[in-house]
Amino acid sequence: MTIHVETLFIIIIAPLVSGIITKIKNNLRMRKGQGIFQPYHNLIKLFYKEEVVSENTSWIFRITPFIVLASVILAALLVPIFTIMPYARHIGDFILIIFILALGRFFLALAGLDAGSSFGGMGSSREMFLSSLAEPGAILSIFAVSLNAGTTNLGVIFGLHDIKLSSIIAGFSLMMVAIAETSRMPIDNQETHLELTMIHEAMVLEYSGRSLAFIELASHIKQIVFFSLIANILFPAVILGGNIIFNIAAYIIGILGISAAVGFIEVSVAKMRLFRAVDFLAFSFVLGLAAIVISVMGA
Amino acid sequence: MENFFNIKLSFLFDPLSIFFLFVIFAVCLASAVYSIGYLNKKYSNGKIIYNWFLLAAFIVSMALVVSVRNAFIFLIAWEIMSLVSYFLVIFDSREEKSIHAGMIYLIMTHVGTAFITAGFLIMYKYANSFDFLALKNACVLMPPNVKNIVFLFLLAGFGVKSGIVPLHIWLPYAHPQAPSHISSIMSGVMIKTGIYGIIRFIIFILGVDSIWWGVLVLILAGISCLVGVIYALMEHDIKKLLAYHSVENIGIILLGVGCSMVFLEFNMSSLAVFSLIAGLYHLINHAVFKGLLFLCAGSVYNATGNRDIEKMGGLIKKMPITAFAFLIGAMAISALPPLNGFVSEWLTLQAFFVASLTGYMAGLKIFFGLCAAILALTGGLAAACFVKAFGMIFLAMPRSGKIEDATEAALSMKIAILFLVFLTFALGLGAGIMFKLLAVVASCSTGINIGAMNFGLNNFMIMPGAVSSISLSTPLIALILGVIIIGVYLGLGNNKSRKYSTWDCGYYKLEPRNEYTATGFSKPFRVAFNFFLLPYRKVEKIRGSLYYIKSFKYETFTTPVFKKYIYYPLIGAVLHTAKFMRGLQLGSIHVYISYIFITILVLIIFMNRF
Repeated sequence: MTIHVETLFIIIIAPLVSGIITKIKNNLRMRKGQGIFQPYHNLIKLFYKEEVVSENTSWIFRITPFIVLASVILAALLVPIFTIMPYARHIGDFILIIFILALGRFFLALAGLDAGSSFGGMGSSREMFLSSLAEPGAILSIFAVSLNAGTTNLGVIFGLHDIKLSSIIAGFSLMMVAIAETSRMPIDNQETHLELTMIHEAMVLEYSGRSLAFIELASHIKQIVFFSLIANILFPAVILGGNIIFNIAAYIIGILGISAAVGFIEVSVAKMRLFRAVDFLAFSFVLGLAAIVISVMGA
Repeated sequence: MENFFNIKLSFLFDPLSIFFLFVIFAVCLASAVYSIGYLNKKYSNGKIIYNWFLLAAFIVSMALVVSVRNAFIFLIAWEIMSLVSYFLVIFDSREEKSIHAGMIYLIMTHVGTAFITAGFLIMYKYANSFDFLALKNACVLMPPNVKNIVFLFLLAGFGVKSGIVPLHIWLPYAHPQAPSHISSIMSGVMIKTGIYGIIRFIIFILGVDSIWWGVLVLILAGISCLVGVIYALMEHDIKKLLAYHSVENIGIILLGVGCSMVFLEFNMSSLAVFSLIAGLYHLINHAVFKGLLFLCAGSVYNATGNRDIEKMGGLIKKMPITAFAFLIGAMAISALPPLNGFVSEWLTLQAFFVASLTGYMAGLKIFFGLCAAILALTGGLAAACFVKAFGMIFLAMPRSGKIEDATEAALSMKIAILFLVFLTFALGLGAGIMFKLLAVVASCSTGINIGAMNFGLNNFMIMPGAVSSISLSTPLIALILGVIIIGVYLGLGNNKSRKYSTWDCGYYKLEPRNEYTATGFSKPFRVAFNFFLLPYRKVEKIRGSLYYIKSFKYETFTTPVFKKYIYYPLIGAVLHTAKFMRGLQLGSIHVYISYIFITILVLIIFMNRF
């Protein structure tokens, strides 16, 4: 049952990671800022708030939060955290995660259009635009890592015995995809509700109350899914001797390291213009391709 | 030469033929049932009988195409199929557009048939028979460069029918102009006969001879994927949009087929079978969900009298069942788990992964990685396109008055649509069983014995054991998703909520005019792909005075690259030659008799010389 305990664990700590990133950002900006548990307070507050639903919406709008939450939880089930899962491979593999996340995104984009506000439409359009362009980079980095393992089975990838250069490059490529997918700077800015710049926030603008809580929780989980993947690609389990305590420690250090990196990037760069983001994602594609080339060469 | 004119109608019911027959009958059944409600009250009785006659002829000719075992009869059936479908395209012949579309279709399909005929005649020269098995035996002895020529001829010929870029030009004309139930057959099934031709004649009979065959197919397939989906994103006519997606999906099917061809050349038999399964799986999936989407588009067209998605909106409240069915189709075509499109795209990606793992040359390994990236990009863009299509048609507020009076489709139409929805689910959740069945089909067409291979069906999971230690279980995915969705909904879903108008930033009333449009939705894509789409805009301002603009008209277009740079010059050259040749036509019988005489002389000399 470790798999369920692990999944439960990352679902519970998912908002904490967002809180930590915010804290790191605030500290870098010399601000006191909110505590690292603030995302939990936000979720609880939203959870008990009354919901306002637009008259224009249909059942798509109502069902979307559940589908989004379910899709990210399924993705979280597939990710190895600190044990190599022997039986999760029956559900699917590394490639499945990309498709599963696409399911949630598809419904979120539809819900964005459902209320009939142009914010939602704009958000949906941009979200689908960026995510579709992020896909090639994601699949190439997945391929590069899987080529090193000889399979797309995540358990095997996590159990690799050595760190290869191509895996590290693929990790960086995946990091760029993760920045785009989790709506972080320089692609998107989670902190603003400025109409012309927002992407993800515009799409979910009509949501409130408990539905919004579900969607925010889903965003937190999606973020930790990406971070866990990157952490585990860069630091496979077996190199630490397979000891569970070491693995947990390595995992937590990895997540914290990635959070720090993301926080640092967020305070140090400005948000890109939408069409500059194409170059950003093209770079992740090129990195992914480089990872494949190096992996084919055997490094 | 004796059996040239002595041809018997004989059939070949091997697994490949049976598979295609199943695809044809499944989609045609739904379309035929659908047409009862669709044609009713819209056409006169005579026209309806005419439709049934053509439909029956169409289905029979398609069934013949995939089941005869003689290349000569194959060609006859192929021609009947093309001609009957031409008459179906111009079914609404009152419209000038239909005639135009029919003409383009007729010309393109005959160019294709010419290529196929040429390929068959070359093969006949070696086999002295049109029988498939005789051809297959003769092709073993064929010199390699002749084989290459036959391959190119057949690829071009069948490529026209299946709509490979740059031969796709007829699809976006012909498919939208036909009545919707015919569109669904043409797009869902008829273009697949081109794929049947490629598998039957290139893989089964001719036999893959060099690596570049597979690589060429993969490159063409990759281009088809991207071109199809990018044009689809720009399209606002719902049926044209779906037609462009057919180009894309034919590309995805051919990615699997091409990958299989490369593996065949490498003698990696289990992987060749595996990739072909991926291609065939996507073939049946596309037949089902594209048929479904075209039928839903037909219902929408029937209800609103419009095909422009910019003028729709809010139909989910008027047509709940059609909306649900379209959503399922859209999810399947966007490759979202656990539906069927996802399974086949996952299989194709796995095929590419194994190809880049085990390919013999480093360059080839990287090439397969790139193919996977193209497939991933295509998937992402297709999802964006269907968010646009579903969102604009079914969600938010109606964008024109006609939508207000729209009603749900007739009973027979709903039954047909729900039947295809059922198939979409069944093909997704029954992936394990389908995989096993398709393994038989693929082994038949590649001539590889799969008995020794470890293709697994284990608790409805796909376990391509020979490939790598991975498995996929769509029922489990569906179960987990379902449990979480229902659990969260029942446990935490009932919250107090109230209805209120959409947030409008304090604007006094949000109108349909404020909604995001399909043009706006696809704007980022238009900008990102402007190197290919070459967009331009037309702005017209009518001014009352210097400071007051009375009306403002803004139109944006994309340059049809293939038409402008390939087809228009080609048509120009043909017309120019025709004009030149007109000089020979003097209208005098004496001159014509002398032409005949000269021709006979030349022929006599030619026959003696060679």
